[in-house]
Amino acid sequence: MTDVLLEIDNLSVDYETARGDLKALRNISFDVRKAEIVGIVGESGCGKSTLISSILRLIAPNTRFRSGEIRFEGSDLLKATEREMRALRGDEISIVFQDPMQTHNPVLSVGQQMVDIQHRSKAPKGEKRENAAKMLAAVGIPDPEARLDQFPHEFSGGMRQRIAIAMALMSEPNLLIADEPTTALDATLEVQIIERLQELQREMDCAILFISHHLGVIAELCDRVVVMYAGAVVESGDIRKIFHDPKHPYTRRLIECDPGHIKTRARILPTIPGEVPDLANIPDGCIFRDRCNQATERCLSQVPPLESVGEEHMAACWLNHEEVTA
Amino acid sequence: MEKSQSEIRIILVGIAKNPLGFMGLVIVGAIVFSAIFAAWVVPYDPIEMNIRDRMQGPSWSHLLGTDQLGRDTFSRVITGGQVALKVALPAVFGAMAIGLTLGMVAGYGPKWLDNFLMLLFDTIRSFPTVMFALAVVALVGPSLQTVVLVVMATSIPTYGRVARTQTLTLRNSEFILAERSMGASMARILGVHMLPNIIGVLAVLAAMDIPTVIALEAGLSFLGLGVKPPTPSWGALLKDGYALVRQTPWLVIGGGLPIIIATLGFTFLGESLRDVVDPKLRKNQ
Repeated sequence: MTDVLLEIDNLSVDYETARGDLKALRNISFDVRKAEIVGIVGESGCGKSTLISSILRLIAPNTRFRSGEIRFEGSDLLKATEREMRALRGDEISIVFQDPMQTHNPVLSVGQQMVDIQHRSKAPKGEKRENAAKMLAAVGIPDPEARLDQFPHEFSGGMRQRIAIAMALMSEPNLLIADEPTTALDATLEVQIIERLQELQREMDCAILFISHHLGVIAELCDRVVVMYAGAVVESGDIRKIFHDPKHPYTRRLIECDPGHIKTRARILPTIPGEVPDLANIPDGCIFRDRCNQATERCLSQVPPLESVGEEHMAACWLNHEEVTA
Repeated sequence: MEKSQSEIRIILVGIAKNPLGFMGLVIVGAIVFSAIFAAWVVPYDPIEMNIRDRMQGPSWSHLLGTDQLGRDTFSRVITGGQVALKVALPAVFGAMAIGLTLGMVAGYGPKWLDNFLMLLFDTIRSFPTVMFALAVVALVGPSLQTVVLVVMATSIPTYGRVARTQTLTLRNSEFILAERSMGASMARILGVHMLPNIIGVLAVLAAMDIPTVIALEAGLSFLGLGVKPPTPSWGALLKDGYALVRQTPWLVIGGGLPIIIATLGFTFLGESLRDVVDPKLRKNQ
């Protein structure tokens, strides 16, 4: 077995609401190995953000962990004390958020913030400042020494996101969570950020959990991918296998709908008809059955388990079973 | 330290560039200077009586004339400024410090603490300041300290509420979430990241509050509840002048003018401070 860094095992998370429990995550299992990049894809509201906040344990007060474990380097984060969690955050596990215009303190200079983030280090302030400048240079900010004295609003969106990455990587974390870090940026910047992330990942040897709904970016960057739908994992595995031979109809449709895959000029862009089921009131059977054009009798009543459909490839769909039996 | 000094310089330069701010700075500077060096600035002892020279109009020897006991009004105005600042500065800064701390705790801490502090603030605020002051003075007797304490206690809720609202807005902002996800403790989030976001607003509030407090002190002294005679205060000057307004207008002018000037000065300063404390609103330095 290779070195597993983060192991999510049968995790179920509910939100308690006035309408009853909202089953935000159901029986999620996947792992992230050391120094690999894992992508998580799924449409809005499929539980990606709940998953991240669960890993960091920065959860809304109405969150309830119903079952499962989140093991980081072997220890269960759901059982860790708040003090232990705080020691992990920003040291072993770092995060880059989606919107770079919001993630910096508007009234502190970038230098002040980057020095403050090294609060665990006992090094003198001058040295911390040097570290900050080095890190800014590493993410490609020109003239870092001078720019440390500038405020966040004096930087462009792309630069701010690079600063956010610099801050997240300051402590040389083992796991970097990137929560749609390029969604708020335009396409050219997206490529720059992705390339920079790749370079830094190789240099620092850290694992990255990359959340996105942009399949092109995932294909470019990740080693493995987890496809989520309505709070459950529908398919996971090696990036090439999933893109070339998807074993779940949802993944297939997702790839078809990706603008990068549409070769001919179309008047109507392809979409997946239907809506995500109500998470407070989950119907029996497969969660994707209402939107699936291949659904059978069995899909209406029985939930398909997430099972191996090949080496480094798992999927949760009855269609794969029929192929085997037929 | 070097960093924060340059910050102060940036703010001062920013204020001075604005014409109103410059006036505010000059007026406040003059008041503070004359208060600190009152003993050297005044031409006469402010409480020394000189019956032969009583009730005079302005002249070269007595710039603002003299009162019914022959005391030099100009000297009393300058010394009165010292009294005004002695009340206003500790009261305002004390209220700001306490209000800021309680407000941030209320905004960031658990809900029950928030409810308790809000109830406390509302209770204090429901007393009319002057009535409250009258009651306290009646109990413990008039003195400078009493005035300071009363003013401080009644203005804590104002600062507390503003600090709480700011904290509530900030606590759910993404950069605070980012700090938390980078392992910052509650003390670090409040002290390093929230405080600089809130302090500017409160500083503006404080600068605008100082004239109110000066007027309040004058009012209490006018009612005979402030400083005890013969200590000069602007309010006490007004009170004497009011009684003697038929004989000479100079006492009312001597007491009223500095209140107006000080109010204008601190208000100008507060207004322009507001534009400068936010780095986004700062003009290119």
